[in-house]
Amino acid sequence: MPADTEVQPIVEMRGITIAFPGVLALDGVDFRLIPGEIHSLMGENGAGKSTLIKALTGVYAIDSGTIAVSGSERRFEATADAQAAGISTVYQEVNLCANLSVGENVMLGHEKRGRAGIDWRATHSEAERHLAGLGLRLDSRSELGSHSIAIQQLIAIARAMVLDAKVLILDEPTSSLDRGEVEQLFAVIRDLRDSGVAILFVSHFLDQVYEISDRITVLRNGQLVGEHLAADLPKDALVAEMIGRELEDLAAISDRADREIDRTGTPIVKATGLGKRGMLEPADLEVYDGEVVGLAGLLGSGRTELVRLLYGADRAETGEVAVDGTSVRIHSPRHAIDHGIAFSSEDRRGEGVVADLTVAENMILGIQARRGWLRRVSKAEQDAVVAEYMEALGVRPADPHVPIGNLSGGNQQKVLLARWLATAPELLILDEPTRGIDVGAKADIQRKVAELSEKGLSVIFISSELEEVLRLAQRVIVLRDRKAVGELDAHEVDLDGLVDYIAHSEEGSVSR
Amino acid sequence: MRILRHRLFWPAAALVTLLVVNTIANPNFARITIRDGQLYGNPITILRDSAPLMLVALGMTLVIATRGIDLSVGAIMAVSGAVALTIIDDSPNPGSVGTVVVAVIVAVVVGLVLGVWNGFLVSVIGIQPIIATLVLMLAGRGVALLITGGEITTVNSAPYKFIASGYLIILPIAFFIWVAAVVVVSMLERRTALGMLTESVGINPEASRLAGVRSRGIIWSAYIASGVLAGIAGVIYASNTMAADANSAGYLIELYAILAVVLGGTSLMGGKFSIAGTVIGVMTVQALEKAILFLGVPPAQAPVFFAVVVVVVVLLQAPRVHAWGRAAGRRMGVGAKPRTDDRKEVAA
Repeated sequence: MPADTEVQPIVEMRGITIAFPGVLALDGVDFRLIPGEIHSLMGENGAGKSTLIKALTGVYAIDSGTIAVSGSERRFEATADAQAAGISTVYQEVNLCANLSVGENVMLGHEKRGRAGIDWRATHSEAERHLAGLGLRLDSRSELGSHSIAIQQLIAIARAMVLDAKVLILDEPTSSLDRGEVEQLFAVIRDLRDSGVAILFVSHFLDQVYEISDRITVLRNGQLVGEHLAADLPKDALVAEMIGRELEDLAAISDRADREIDRTGTPIVKATGLGKRGMLEPADLEVYDGEVVGLAGLLGSGRTELVRLLYGADRAETGEVAVDGTSVRIHSPRHAIDHGIAFSSEDRRGEGVVADLTVAENMILGIQARRGWLRRVSKAEQDAVVAEYMEALGVRPADPHVPIGNLSGGNQQKVLLARWLATAPELLILDEPTRGIDVGAKADIQRKVAELSEKGLSVIFISSELEEVLRLAQRVIVLRDRKAVGELDAHEVDLDGLVDYIAHSEEGSVSR
Repeated sequence: MRILRHRLFWPAAALVTLLVVNTIANPNFARITIRDGQLYGNPITILRDSAPLMLVALGMTLVIATRGIDLSVGAIMAVSGAVALTIIDDSPNPGSVGTVVVAVIVAVVVGLVLGVWNGFLVSVIGIQPIIATLVLMLAGRGVALLITGGEITTVNSAPYKFIASGYLIILPIAFFIWVAAVVVVSMLERRTALGMLTESVGINPEASRLAGVRSRGIIWSAYIASGVLAGIAGVIYASNTMAADANSAGYLIELYAILAVVLGGTSLMGGKFSIAGTVIGVMTVQALEKAILFLGVPPAQAPVFFAVVVVVVVLLQAPRVHAWGRAAGRRMGVGAKPRTDDRKEVAA
């Protein structure tokens, strides 16, 4: 039930419809933003969140429906129109100029003018005043790129304030921030809300959504499911609305993974002293048949570096790798693939999908690369691969001939999973396979991993969401500061124990 | 309306428009006559004269698909022409078919070697393509001058002259050469996985590497193909003039080739490429050059006329212009259609 409010909405979108070739991305959606409120937009990937935001920011033209700002109807032909109407956006990837100074970024286009052109001193002090308003004490003349992503995001918000934004859109702002940085960002957002700015917040972290939101709107398959006050909507009801069915008990996945692994034989892959200066101190790793080994640690702890060295994506300086007990040399991804190792990168867009190729072509890329260019994967073989995985992984839309770039993140991830499964690997390395994708797809991917490992596939699973690591893995290797610091039995440790270990374990206190 | 969305619709529309304008301006343009069982006329001349540009643009298409560019093709043409004519000139028997066959083979092999060199610099050493091929673009004509001893070598060899001006059945030999090249390259790219892997490398090199694609060989092969095709183009050009002119052979052809590739709808950003599009692009450039003659544009104004038409054709193909066109159409209440071109994502 939409809860009523005394205040006039600053943005009112009614009956918004946007069609892409073959997909109705938004189907008559109503949405509103109220001054002094933080409003979260929730939905699975493909539900229409991004499309709605892009309609509101003038990136997409709407096919039907109306957008009213402050009561008067607007037509956004371009992003500049939306900005002029007081709507500003801070994206997940900061869209500022890394090589300009902080002050130049904040004040771009609004520099203070003196008698002889721009008065830089006044411009920078004005920038610092805006930054101070957000609790940031920075040298306005420092280069933007020298600051962390979290600070850059706050700078982007400062810029929005310079533009006199009445509506601030934050699209996944917390995905690459640590806990302390999230607190800082939330404090700023709350201040802005209290000063009367209407805030649209998008995040796939449910806890954060509940922590910050006053109001929640849920979309599913391009349609409005409901608008609620956050206080009136229990978390399980929200998830049920998002995925349209009762959330499958993730405990079931956990039960499947909760089994003993026979570690008496030869490990499928055994790495000894794998390391590279500046990347990773020499580390050991063993994976047995049908085992899921979790790598846990903070961003930059060395968990990604370890698997990249193992896969040959970066060349190790020290260490040895044995596959099925035989010592092998892995200097490039090709070698790794030839030895039955597959690796799905954490950077889906940059190192995973080939955006302009179709879903089907992306799926067969792994097998095709292995065969070389001369022996083309035939149409029939391609159809067989597509038929096997589209349905099994639930890829949407179910048309294999659209460019993969048109798919949502979760569906792209499923296609990448299919690419590797089609090569029939013995060891599958998944680096952050669930990052930035929706609850439903996350459950799908975890279920698939549990199912495959039951059938004997060995998996190295990396995730920032430690619950996932504990749910799927039988054994967890903890890394900190580019060093493997310990190994835990996943049955014997709970979430708090793991977090504690990541934060505090002393070198050498290896428990097993 | 589906046809409007086909990626080759606008390139083809531009070409057809150009041909129609030419025919209206001078009905003689489209006239084809038969003499001694052979076809003559402007359309035939276009088919024949487009051979060097077609071959070069074909190679350029592959190189551009890998995110590269090959500026050296004109210089390679000069070198291969110089090699062919010097061999014929030095031979005791310039009129023999054997001499000409040897000359052509050596010239094409020289093109191949130069392509290998370019590909080595780009794919193994990792030099940016524009710089790597610039080396040969600047040095190549000097090499050609060295081969000819600083002179414009002219020869008299009937079999060699036959390559550019001879007829096979009813159409020019040169036409058959480029058709064969288009067919061979198309088969090589689309019947094997080379085309898809080339696109993959061009779209996302790092993702391709991690997927196990041997991108070095794929990029290398594109430059080799470009070198071989430029070598053949040089042979045809020299056969047309029967003189090895190191300075004018293939002069600026790299830029016309890039233009033809782009007119055919292949993006300079690399990735998806269209050989059919390049064929249309080359025809467009050739038809435009003919139009300049036919419409009686004074030589002094020809470059400006050429540029204006190119700008119009490029604008016609721009997605943004299409969007404006639709927006204008919508305002006038006709053909209300959703804007689709610049939508990349159907994500939530």
